[in-house]
Amino acid sequence: MAVQGNTRDAPPRVAFYNDPVIRGIIYQLVVAALVIAFFAWIILNTAQNLAAQNKSTGFDFLFQTSGFGISFTLIPFDRSSYYWEAFLVGLLNTLLVAAIGIVFATVLGFIIGIARLSSNWLISRMATVYVEVVRNIPLLLQLFFWYFAVLKAMPAVRESLALPLGVFINQRGLYVPKPVPDAQFGWIYLAVALAIAASVAVSIWARRRLEATGQRFPVVLVNLGIFLVVVLLGFVLSGASVAFEMPELQRFNFRGGLELVPEFVALAFGLSIYTAAFIAENVRSGIQAVNRGQTEAAQSLGLREGDRLRLVIVPQAMRVIIPPLTSQYLNLTKNSSLGAAIGYPELVNVFMGTTLNQTGKAIEVIAITMAVYLTLSLSTSAFMNWYNARVALVER
Amino acid sequence: MSLTYVREQMVPAQPPPVSTAGVVGWMRKNLFATPFDTIMTIIGIAFLIWAVPPIYGFIAPNFLGGDAVAPGGTVEDCRAAGAGACWAYISARMSFFIYGFYPPAEYWRPNLVFFLGAVLIVPLLWPAAPFKRTNAVLFFVVYPVVCYYLLNGGVFGMRRVPTEQWGGLLVTLIISLVGIICSIPIGILLALGRQSKLPIIRTLSVMFIELWRAVPLITVLFMASIMLPLFMPQGTTVDKLLRALVGVTLFSSAYLAEVVRGGLQALPRGQYEAASSLGLSYWKSMAFIILPQALKHVIPGIVNSFIALFKDTSLVSIVGIFDLLNTVQAASSDINWSSPTQAVTGYLFAAFMFWIFCFAMSRYSIWMERRLDTGHKG
Repeated sequence: MAVQGNTRDAPPRVAFYNDPVIRGIIYQLVVAALVIAFFAWIILNTAQNLAAQNKSTGFDFLFQTSGFGISFTLIPFDRSSYYWEAFLVGLLNTLLVAAIGIVFATVLGFIIGIARLSSNWLISRMATVYVEVVRNIPLLLQLFFWYFAVLKAMPAVRESLALPLGVFINQRGLYVPKPVPDAQFGWIYLAVALAIAASVAVSIWARRRLEATGQRFPVVLVNLGIFLVVVLLGFVLSGASVAFEMPELQRFNFRGGLELVPEFVALAFGLSIYTAAFIAENVRSGIQAVNRGQTEAAQSLGLREGDRLRLVIVPQAMRVIIPPLTSQYLNLTKNSSLGAAIGYPELVNVFMGTTLNQTGKAIEVIAITMAVYLTLSLSTSAFMNWYNARVALVER
Repeated sequence: MSLTYVREQMVPAQPPPVSTAGVVGWMRKNLFATPFDTIMTIIGIAFLIWAVPPIYGFIAPNFLGGDAVAPGGTVEDCRAAGAGACWAYISARMSFFIYGFYPPAEYWRPNLVFFLGAVLIVPLLWPAAPFKRTNAVLFFVVYPVVCYYLLNGGVFGMRRVPTEQWGGLLVTLIISLVGIICSIPIGILLALGRQSKLPIIRTLSVMFIELWRAVPLITVLFMASIMLPLFMPQGTTVDKLLRALVGVTLFSSAYLAEVVRGGLQALPRGQYEAASSLGLSYWKSMAFIILPQALKHVIPGIVNSFIALFKDTSLVSIVGIFDLLNTVQAASSDINWSSPTQAVTGYLFAAFMFWIFCFAMSRYSIWMERRLDTGHKG
């Protein structure tokens, strides 16, 4: 019986190497030492290799003139521009194609995802076939298909395919009318800003009134009305107008209009089609994740069909949909690097391709490129964590 | 006065209820339930009528009513106006698509590799098959070694075939198999590291996982093919295929670590506590209690990341390795078979090959998910 008293007063005597705390420290020290040794070995090897190849390191190459041209740029760029400008061109092109891809993929993905749950057999089957076909074929192959087999097989410039609304498509790309705002157009931006402010105010006021008195207010209709009236008034009062510059077939090529290079069209198209299949699956599982009881509970509260969807089903489905949706957006942005394979001048193509080949600064260029993607990814996951914390269910 | 009510004549017959059985009832319920449904159905049918016949005409060979040139046809048939897919070109270049530049006299070696792989993987995927442990050791440890010596040669009097000559479907399968086999143990260790209570180990695991998951595979492959030679001591050369394998393995182990972490987190805390209360050490409780349950739960997730890896192997064509997609891309400039539909036919063939593998795997993953769902989710 004396044993009991002993164990309560003093911890059992164990050898120090069996103490979990000390053991943990030893393990960590060993791992840290191994990792440090590994990096030291790599750095040493790299330094030796670079010295043997007579290569210098450093980021001063960014301020040398590039000496190459880029076919598709959002900012002015030519042979005399610096490498950091090439980097910027690549980054902007990546962001452009990602933004456009995200918009189209989201719209298409939501349509297909809802169609898969449709009670209409034909529609849901067609959506299923779309998802199963697109999801199971590598994106790179799809991009090759759109670029080499579809766009490169388009007719030559002289026999351009004319689509409705003054859009032309041929081997050299897609030509769309370009909106040309006149000098008074600044007023319209102002009117739109005013309308946005007014509708936000109306929404806040309507919500407060709903919570205080229970009276509802047709927010969507009123806001639509505000937009129409304010923007129309803006047009009438300022006399602003928008002209459309139509692409016109000249002797050798189209003149005027907005020219989209085929690489851009193929990449944006391929990314949207591919990512839409994944978004559709997220949307479907999100909607299915909402318990049937929720619909029934909303019905028993006497909510109308529209309110039931808007107030009960969609908020709960969005809680499930948004996190994977964000990671699909991130995937789309990362996948836009495949544009390098079909010659779209995005970050990997311009910077990791051309710039690296010309300057030979492998380590610096790869580090910068990876840092860009790392920043994009970490800021997305920061947003996701914030969102998850905001919408997390308050458990009992 | 009597209150009795007696019907004196027959009630007229009611119309029969709307049929809910048979073809008409099915169509009424599934295609024409509401006016909106009817409109959608009509649009759907119109789309199918618009899209399906041209596609069928393009891919179906002559004897099935299409315009495609069946295997055995000549290049002149493919060049004829209005000809569809040129399957003759695919069948003529088939060995290139499967083996790449592998010397034809040695085709029995890749064939043996394919055969052994099929023999080992079928019982592994079939839950009721016996000798799982032996089977797994054979497939994950012995098979890759045997494959390496079989394909590379240089032993038992077999001719040496350098990896530059490997190609096609063979390389696609090698990269994805090596990627998954190497990344499973690394992924498990990383997942355990991320869950660990030791701060240095946890930080290192998180950094590794987040770095590789943040960057696109193409930058990882570029890095592997450009920087790996720089990292090695002077004078060592790293095989091009090996560089790609290292890149793919690093990349997919980070993704696999997250899949495994999902399984670890899904386990109820009681399992961890039960393991400790039995007095098992950390490694023993992981090996005998935690991992068997966690891994069982994430088999579908592992298969899904294998599908993603299989599709991603097509990216190695960018760093100049002749995988299935790259052989198809290279063959599409073959002068002997040049025809208007040559490129499209090649892409259709490659798409079909990838699709078959990925679709089969995704069906397997769904089937496994149903089987493993033993009702713990409530």
